[in-house]
Amino acid sequence: MANNFPYLSVLTFLPLLGAVLLYLMPGLNPKSDQHGKASRCVAFALTFVNFLVSLRMLMDFQSSESGYQFVEQAAWIPNFGISYYLGIDGISIWLVLLATFLMPLVVLASYSIHDKVRGYLASMLVLETAMLGTLMALDVFLFYVFWELMLAPMYFIIGIWGGQRRIYATLKFVLYTVFGSLLMFVAIFYVVWRFYEQQGHLTFVLEELVRFTNLSLKEELWLFGAFALAFGIKVPIFPFHTWLPDAHVEAPTGGSVVLAGVLLKMGLYGLIRFAYPLFPRAGEIYAPYLAILAVIGVVYGAMVAWAQTDIKKLVAYSSVSHLGYCVLGLVALNEVSTTGSIYQMLNHGVSTGALFLLVGVLYDRKHTRLIADYGGLVDRVPLFAFLFLVFTLSSIALPLTNGFIGEFLILSGSFKTFPILTIVATAGVVLGAVYMLTLYMKTVFGELDQSKNGDLTDVSKRELAVFMPLLVLVFWMGLFPQPFLSRMSSSVNAYLAQVKERSDELKRYEFDQIASYQKLHEETEVVVTTASSSTFLSLDEHRS
Amino acid sequence: MEVTESSILGLIPLCPLLGSLLAFVIGRSQKDLAGWIATLACVITFGLVVSTVFSLSEGEILAFNAFTWFEVGSFDVDFALRFDQLTAVMCLVITGVGSLIHLYSTAYMHDDQGRHRFFCYLNLFMFSMLLLVLGANMLVLFVGWEGVGLCSYLLIGFWYNNLAYASAGRKAFVVNRIGDAGFLFGIFLLYRQFDTVDFIELSTAIASNPELTALYTLVAFCLFIGATGKSAQIPLFVWLPDAMAGPTPVSALIHAATMVTAGVYMMARMNFLFVLAPYTQAIIAVIAVLTAFVAAATALTQNDIKKVLAYSTVSQLGFMFMAAAAGVYWVAVFHLVTHAFFKACLFLGAGSVIHGCHHEQDMRKMGGLLKYMPVTAVTYGISTLAIAGIYPLAGYFSKHAILAALGTTVNPYLELSLNVLMTFASLTAFMTAFYMTRSFAMTFLGDYRGHAHPHESPWQMTMPLVVLASLALFAGIWLVTTLPEYLAPVVGHAGSHHQESIIEGLVHSWVGILGVLVGLLLYTKLLSVPAALFKALRPLSQLSLNKFYFDEIYDFLIVRFLGRISQFLFKTVDQNMIDGAVNGTAALVEVSGEVARSTQSGQVRHYALYMFVATLAVLFFFVFGGKIGG
Amino acid sequence: MVPVSYYLTLSAIMFTVGVVGVVVRRNSIVVFMCIELMLNAVNLSFVALSHYLGNLNGQIAVFFVMVVAAAEAAVGLAIIISMFRAMKSVETSNADQLNG
Repeated sequence: MANNFPYLSVLTFLPLLGAVLLYLMPGLNPKSDQHGKASRCVAFALTFVNFLVSLRMLMDFQSSESGYQFVEQAAWIPNFGISYYLGIDGISIWLVLLATFLMPLVVLASYSIHDKVRGYLASMLVLETAMLGTLMALDVFLFYVFWELMLAPMYFIIGIWGGQRRIYATLKFVLYTVFGSLLMFVAIFYVVWRFYEQQGHLTFVLEELVRFTNLSLKEELWLFGAFALAFGIKVPIFPFHTWLPDAHVEAPTGGSVVLAGVLLKMGLYGLIRFAYPLFPRAGEIYAPYLAILAVIGVVYGAMVAWAQTDIKKLVAYSSVSHLGYCVLGLVALNEVSTTGSIYQMLNHGVSTGALFLLVGVLYDRKHTRLIADYGGLVDRVPLFAFLFLVFTLSSIALPLTNGFIGEFLILSGSFKTFPILTIVATAGVVLGAVYMLTLYMKTVFGELDQSKNGDLTDVSKRELAVFMPLLVLVFWMGLFPQPFLSRMSSSVNAYLAQVKERSDELKRYEFDQIASYQKLHEETEVVVTTASSSTFLSLDEHRS
Repeated sequence: MEVTESSILGLIPLCPLLGSLLAFVIGRSQKDLAGWIATLACVITFGLVVSTVFSLSEGEILAFNAFTWFEVGSFDVDFALRFDQLTAVMCLVITGVGSLIHLYSTAYMHDDQGRHRFFCYLNLFMFSMLLLVLGANMLVLFVGWEGVGLCSYLLIGFWYNNLAYASAGRKAFVVNRIGDAGFLFGIFLLYRQFDTVDFIELSTAIASNPELTALYTLVAFCLFIGATGKSAQIPLFVWLPDAMAGPTPVSALIHAATMVTAGVYMMARMNFLFVLAPYTQAIIAVIAVLTAFVAAATALTQNDIKKVLAYSTVSQLGFMFMAAAAGVYWVAVFHLVTHAFFKACLFLGAGSVIHGCHHEQDMRKMGGLLKYMPVTAVTYGISTLAIAGIYPLAGYFSKHAILAALGTTVNPYLELSLNVLMTFASLTAFMTAFYMTRSFAMTFLGDYRGHAHPHESPWQMTMPLVVLASLALFAGIWLVTTLPEYLAPVVGHAGSHHQESIIEGLVHSWVGILGVLVGLLLYTKLLSVPAALFKALRPLSQLSLNKFYFDEIYDFLIVRFLGRISQFLFKTVDQNMIDGAVNGTAALVEVSGEVARSTQSGQVRHYALYMFVATLAVLFFFVFGGKIGG
Repeated sequence: MVPVSYYLTLSAIMFTVGVVGVVVRRNSIVVFMCIELMLNAVNLSFVALSHYLGNLNGQIAVFFVMVVAAAEAAVGLAIIISMFRAMKSVETSNADQLNG
């Protein structure tokens, strides 16, 4: 039985506490190396403790239960029905774990940052708070607050510690994302307002909004569009993806890892948690279009990745391709594909995160990310070549690596819903092999250029410590996915059932409404106001 | 059929996996040990397989369920292995031939700096291949299927410093991936229909729904696409000749004896599906004959000894598919086995020659090696006769059975073309005998034309040659009577075998004998004739020499075309159009900001003027607006 | 008896002169005086209309305006002086730091 330990609040705010601690550390000169070291220790300790806490939480997690667990609720702004409401289910727990798992690695990988280390780490810690809050929030307002809070630290991480065109990249990233999320903000208020009209009080609690807000199909279509745009930009779904390569290329290694590993998943998570439950009918109507965009993204991302000369950009475009699969699996709306989609989110976090870290290893040493500047590396850095191979294979979804399970589940599930599109998407499997193996061949095989890369040093012990957990996960998740999948299944089923049920309910509601209008019109020809009030009456009956 | 649990099955693939790890870890410091560790692992696996084969009684299936791989809703896939007669045959070939090749490699690779890597990959390959044939469902098979592809990739590009080799490995992987995508569609279609991917469940489900012909035709076609990739059939065979970039034992093990036959194995395994898809079977037959013919025609003019063997492999795989397409699966497996013996022997012989001639592969710079390396020459000769299909060697029985099977096919879609197919198949058999004799004569007969000092190879290399050659000599006559009965529980009963006399056998092998005689005549006595023939048949011989321009056509039509599209998508669509739209929006906002900004002069009097004008406007609206509106 | 429209016309002219002065002149003292002129134009119309309507409210408003004008003079002149100190000029066109 779950005990009463407030896991979620601790998980969320421990990193924030860490950020404060970093600035309260006494004594040392902030510019000295010693200070950087101390900051890293504090940040690592906190993120690692956070990871341990999340593992402990996983042990207490009841996999058979489909509802939210470890729920914490407190009034925040009661006048507007806004509450501090956190909870977690089989879908979000894995994303939470992914975030807490990646953060210590990111802190370890921060050794390449020499300038303003404290600020960098503090940004990362704030980012962790924001990410975890986003994943746990069950109050739409709280969700939105955390959602926007994610932008601020990322803005600084790219803008301050980024590469040459960092200002352009960070502005593009932030403005693009904000553009989408503002539309979502308006949509949230519209839903809440409709709820208020129908129920007579204000609330931002997701479950209540989902269950008791009756919207017409036209409203749903608009609102889902706003949500889908916000989330689609974040994912990113083709054609809203162009901020991603810029942001990835300019971001420091750690920033890229978090961006690819966790931030991109927020869009998909948002679709599952908010967009589909709130607007199920619109979701069903939009699904084929989203699927088309997703499949275009899969093939297009892969094709464009093939044309890249910059390793990091190639990996960034491969993300577009991989996340296309996730979207496809999600909108196919069946158990196998949705599970696969969630699983693929985790896989992508592991393998693409690792690929970005590997690029970081090269960049730290040679300060170039161009494919043409490398070649024959295996002679000089065999361990690096081995790691690169493993994560490449994971990225192209070789069986027994994690990528295969995700892609296979997505494709076999989606094939039931969208057979033709899935066939097109499978082209991505082939193209993935083309661009990744070309990258691998051009960097790792061939003759080593002694003058350029003769002094390259292999992966250090500290770097290896970053890669080892990822390496283990690649095979673990490929061989034994069951522990992950079994904890998802009841929540995924509940989610799909909820979408289905709610969609039927809304259809019935609209039907009733039309019927009652007609009935009133025929019998008494009373004024419209009476008609609408009787609609509410029939609605109440409905609910009871 | 009864299913018996047997945990020893788990050990069979595990053993080479362990060997692979040990060979790498220990081999890093003790390089010479790596080969022996890997060989030992292989031999132990062979022992395990043999003992399992003996414990397998007729009509029994051994099964081992390692763990539930994944389970989502009704989609439940176990990591399960299964051992029946078909698996037994495959496992024996893989581990038996594999052990010999491992032993051979210890000498062949003895001075290579990366030999620990080599043996690690080689054992990893054994693991994947065993998983492929042991898999109890399509997904475990697929794990092996992709796993062997990976090992093939790693081993083709083994000498990675040469970018051409590395790129041959990439080509193999990518072309295989295209096939694999087809295979995946097959799995999706079956899963969509029957909610399972387990072989036993599928065979029951398919047997009880024989009316879904359209589905089966499609699935069989998809699976065959997978097979064209792995087993090098038209249109996906182009990777195999390039794959000769790998070390020769690799060519022998992976690209002749085992991996490339995976497609044939898969068809035999899924025979319950293919028999219900006659249309697909007809397509397969046509492709198989075409592949066999084109590859044999290409092999006629190749000068690289390994290239000849590579095209010969493609051609022989075509023969196997002919049998499978005719629905006589035991014959396909039969030829698979005999081919594994003589082709492995030929490749190892070629390796021995290459080794003895100090890495020379061009047959024009060989000749007369019979007296320098007699063991190699004799074994190579035996295998040549075997592949030529001369009685009573192994190749005769399997090839004869194939032609017989094809000739008596009852497939409504093949009725009209059967005679054409048979003609081409016989012609291919003749060409096979001819080009193999040509390679033998150019390499071992006549005078030595090179400059190195050829020498016979050490015992680790000649011993496998001798074993394989004797198998090529004697295995056929034994297998032709035992194999159909043995495989009957899996692939169905075959017609009774007609026992033939020596005279009959020799008469039936006239095509092969003719090919060998013509070859010997042209390349030992009438030495000027081949060149004259080459010139006389100019367009055709050029076509053959240039491999029918498949690579060039693919390069032009697909690789470059897609490459250009990818450049276009990136430069024009992504950077200019999509990102242009994004940046354009930003620019629009900026421009409108500029316009709005020019009103903010900072001059109080301007603001006062705006205020005044605005006040006037408001006044105007209140005084006259009502009238306009009303 | 002068008709009230005369007063109002004068007031309108004075106000317009003030507005034009504020908009056109650059010397902030002149601008300031123009503002005073506008205030007084309003005062004039207040007084005139108050007299015309026989209602004292208008004249009370005038007192308010005068108080505000006095306060404004104090603050405004102080601003002009500090502006002169900062920029050695009382030209309004120099004080355009707020331009966009």
